[in-house]
Amino acid sequence: MSPFLFWIFAVLTVIFGAAVILNRNPVASALSLVVSFLGLSALFMSLEAFFVGIIQILVYAGAVMVLFLFIIMLLNIRAEEQRRINWLAAMGSIGVSVILLVQICVVIGHFKEARQPFPPLARTTTDDVWNIGRLLFSNYNLPFQIVGVLVLVATIGVVLLSRREPR
Amino acid sequence: MITLGDYLVVSAILFTIGLAGVMLRRNLIVILMSLELMLNAANLSLVAFSRFRVGTNELPDYNAQVFVFFVITVAAAEVAVGLALVVALYRARQTADVDDIRSLKF
Repeated sequence: MSPFLFWIFAVLTVIFGAAVILNRNPVASALSLVVSFLGLSALFMSLEAFFVGIIQILVYAGAVMVLFLFIIMLLNIRAEEQRRINWLAAMGSIGVSVILLVQICVVIGHFKEARQPFPPLARTTTDDVWNIGRLLFSNYNLPFQIVGVLVLVATIGVVLLSRREPR
Repeated sequence: MITLGDYLVVSAILFTIGLAGVMLRRNLIVILMSLELMLNAANLSLVAFSRFRVGTNELPDYNAQVFVFFVITVAAAEVAVGLALVVALYRARQTADVDDIRSLKF
């Protein structure tokens, strides 16, 4: 992938990611999150991870964001009214985040491999679904089944949580 | 030339945005969205390392991509349970603002 496309999608992802937390209206936040995830899935595809990029769009931009928008509209949450902002807490959290970012960047700066370009692949691999599936059903068979049980438990839990209390 | 470090820096910025969102915002739903942002930042660095660690057969390291698959599955379950909790809380308290939920606060 050309550096030009990489920077376009990276900037798109970061700007809309920032828009998620800067928008006061939750609906605008959710829609910014969709655009951010689309940029992220383009970044995945630039790393030859087509399967991950596709399920990123299907699961996040499709299922999860519909769930978010549905809940926002069900609860009828409007934009936060101008509450008194606790400036001390806000400055503290921004400070912690900036310190964390600086720390991670220093670690990446000391990481020698981070300056090397990506090694070439044999060919453009379009059979990564096959490779991931083979690993999933051989090496990672037990975790795969545990995740299945987890999803089942989550489904039952959600039904129980959102059930109306019987009178 | 795009290096591994560029992807890692983008991932770090996304993670930081998510962390700041969790600490700054008071709306529970936006906090959940920021959590998603952090999980996806981790996914991006996993996929970048997967592409970087090319094995002897000149294929990317698919172990990391299997891990991303698990992260996405668990994140979807987490969002479902989290939003169900928000709905239950909204029924009980008519609010989705973390500043209004302080019964457990000493």
